[in-house]
Amino acid sequence: MSAPLIEMRGITKSFGAVKANEAVDLSVAPGEILGLLGENGAGKTTLMNVLFGAYAPDAGEILVEGRPVAIHNSADALAAGIGMVHQHFHLAPRLTVLENLLIGIPGKSGRIDRARGLARLNEIGRQYGLSLDPNLPVSALSVGEQQRLEIIKALFRGAKLLILDEPTAVLAPSEVDGLFAALRSMATQGLGIIFISHKLNEVRALTHRCVVLRHGKVAGRVDHPAQTTSAEMAKLMCGHEIVPPTKEASSPGAAVLTLDGISTSGHAGTPLRDVSLSVRSGEILGIAGVSGNGQRALADVISGMLPPRAGAMTIAGKAVARFSPRELQALGLGRIPEDRMTTGLVTNLPLADSMVLPRIGTEAFSRKGLLNPAAIRAFAEEQIKAYDIRCPGPMVRAGALSGGNLQKALLARELAFDPKVLIVSQPTRGLDIGAARFIHEKFLAMRAKGCGIIVIGEDLEELLMLSDRIAVMYEGRIAGTLPSADATVARLGLMMTGAGHTEEAA
Amino acid sequence: MFRLEARTSTPAWFNLALPLLAIAATLVLCSGLIAIAGAGVVDAYGVMLSASLGDSYAITETLVRAAPMIFTGLAVAIAFRAKFWNIGAEGQLLAGAVASCFVGAIPMPGYLAMLLMALAGAAAGALVALVPATLRVKFKVDDVVSSLLLNSVIYYALMALIEGPWKDSFSGYPISPPIEDSANFPVLMEGTRLHLGVIVALIAAPLCWFLIARTTLGFRIRVTGENPEAARYGGINVQRVLLSTALLSGALAGLAGVGEVGGVHFQVMSDISPGYGYSGIVVAMLARLNPLGVVPAAIFLAAVMTGAEAMSRATGVPAFLSDVIQGTALLAMLVALLFTAYRIRRVGAPA
Repeated sequence: MSAPLIEMRGITKSFGAVKANEAVDLSVAPGEILGLLGENGAGKTTLMNVLFGAYAPDAGEILVEGRPVAIHNSADALAAGIGMVHQHFHLAPRLTVLENLLIGIPGKSGRIDRARGLARLNEIGRQYGLSLDPNLPVSALSVGEQQRLEIIKALFRGAKLLILDEPTAVLAPSEVDGLFAALRSMATQGLGIIFISHKLNEVRALTHRCVVLRHGKVAGRVDHPAQTTSAEMAKLMCGHEIVPPTKEASSPGAAVLTLDGISTSGHAGTPLRDVSLSVRSGEILGIAGVSGNGQRALADVISGMLPPRAGAMTIAGKAVARFSPRELQALGLGRIPEDRMTTGLVTNLPLADSMVLPRIGTEAFSRKGLLNPAAIRAFAEEQIKAYDIRCPGPMVRAGALSGGNLQKALLARELAFDPKVLIVSQPTRGLDIGAARFIHEKFLAMRAKGCGIIVIGEDLEELLMLSDRIAVMYEGRIAGTLPSADATVARLGLMMTGAGHTEEAA
Repeated sequence: MFRLEARTSTPAWFNLALPLLAIAATLVLCSGLIAIAGAGVVDAYGVMLSASLGDSYAITETLVRAAPMIFTGLAVAIAFRAKFWNIGAEGQLLAGAVASCFVGAIPMPGYLAMLLMALAGAAAGALVALVPATLRVKFKVDDVVSSLLLNSVIYYALMALIEGPWKDSFSGYPISPPIEDSANFPVLMEGTRLHLGVIVALIAAPLCWFLIARTTLGFRIRVTGENPEAARYGGINVQRVLLSTALLSGALAGLAGVGEVGGVHFQVMSDISPGYGYSGIVVAMLARLNPLGVVPAAIFLAAVMTGAEAMSRATGVPAFLSDVIQGTALLAMLVALLFTAYRIRRVGAPA
């Protein structure tokens, strides 16, 4: 057997008292796709940051093709043949595809060697089936194409091992198939791939072998992921069995949220065009669609961030007049934003501050302009306990929490005041199974209490599991609405591409 | 070999340690200049210390100088908390001085005059600060540039005033008419210049702390500064918060000017502020934008200023050293702030 492409031996890395990685061994052979699984905070990202040179390990060594190497920064990593595709892309949007590829690559006597770059780009395109128009600016690329560019960038720099950190989180189902095909083709041509994901079905479909991390240590290794059930892998990740939540039958009541002919303009994303829909009390309405088809505008209108150009909206029977976040909250709307870090929370301030933010002016937390610190603290402590938010306390910097705990904190702040309607975007993106399960249960409990919920998401299986009805968005319109009993991934997938309109009363 | 590594949290004692570290680094760096000027480093700093804090008179002089920098430091600290980049405290101070001088020259009972001077000065400073804030909120104009440039506008408007309508017709000096004697701020200690305004400045700092830490407006200022998007999503009217912050910040800077007119100079002249507005930025940064930290930071800079003059007389080192120390202290603090986000780690030599 040939030497592994990359071998990590006994990697240990601590942050203060917390051991993010402890004696982790991992290796990837040429032509192998290795799955790296683990809940949030299990140490996957730390381990990959050690491999890519962002952190220096406290102990352990890294071997490339059998030789020990010291990796101090990303340049060392690239020189050792390690390429990484981060969750957040590192591209210059105003430069073209080719220019982005050539950033940091020395040219001939101070001039950029476009011809050689172009030749190399075509070669990569032929070899792995990854092609892009070299002259398009990055800002004109879709998210999936930007990801492809990141992969090409790594290959362009001679990567023999490619690390992909949750690459499918930003992709539509059809794009995922394309990515997998490219990854398989790269593996058959001798590249090694480390694939980080939470989605067990993807890991089972793609990888040859899996390493599961839990609390910074290797909790288990799976040699034949395709023959292992998701439940077994989930158990390795969490340390206990995961049972999917059961959805009770519910009898939806009166409409708690209606949109009538809403159109928008002046928004960064796709605008809404004549969108009408309604959610009834005790009902979950799923909004499916390939990202960038107006979901962002829909969430922004409903949460009060974007006043519509035309159309009307009601909450609990009352017409919305000004579309300000404060007015909508007062009418009984709860909201979980798509981007918890930038829209939901204030990462540099104590967690308690973020948890009371929307209601800071109410009697609960202040009187006559004076804060009630004791009440704020008590509320935060109570919610931390009730939602099992793992953190040192309410005064910890919110940004120090993991994604799952942040999402719980946001959920706690909205649900504490019994909203009549809840709008959530990508509620479990980036969360591990345990946290996602917790969020799902809370939604179903709110549904049972008569709350109307809109879930905007890209994970069709999640939408099918939660929703009573699913509406599909395409190019800023509602392309159709199906009861979830009649919906399948295949049928929704077809509607998401704009084909097979199914007009029913929304 | 050393490298920087991102920190996950910042210990609380850093808030005290970093300014002290920055000041220590500043004094070490500036000792080179003292040596070049041909004086003994220890002697020079010794003279600075004794002349600024060595006896009760020296302390009162330092406090009198600290008062305007406490106000401008508070003005900058509160503005920066909301990320309203108010570099215009200097102009707001001058506007406050001019307005209070107008009012103080009108004959009326003393305490009424002082109160109205304070109100007029605060209002003038607030109005000036409102200009860059409004430009930013309505037209997205960069507030750093607009508030900074406005300083020159106000300064030359002041010059036009004292060279024109206010010019002393007897002496021909470009100074304003003095305020009424009854409007002079009472001196609190016989034989010193320690005036009422200094006490007001010392009280203003805890009040500003209370405002930031314990009121809903302070909460909104903090949240808006840290994350305007989350603030808006949470129902905060971000534009209104920025405008309120500007009014507050400008009023505080205006009060610095009121203190100089009412307590120190009793009239307006072109050099009424030796850059107290800009020093306020250094003060606020050294205080890590904490209103309570503004007081010791302002006293430090004031001590450097008074001390530098005495040092210049005693050792021949130019008094400009005080400006160098101020500038170096700001740079040292900005570098020290790096340690709130990063730690230095030793790593083995590269293979």
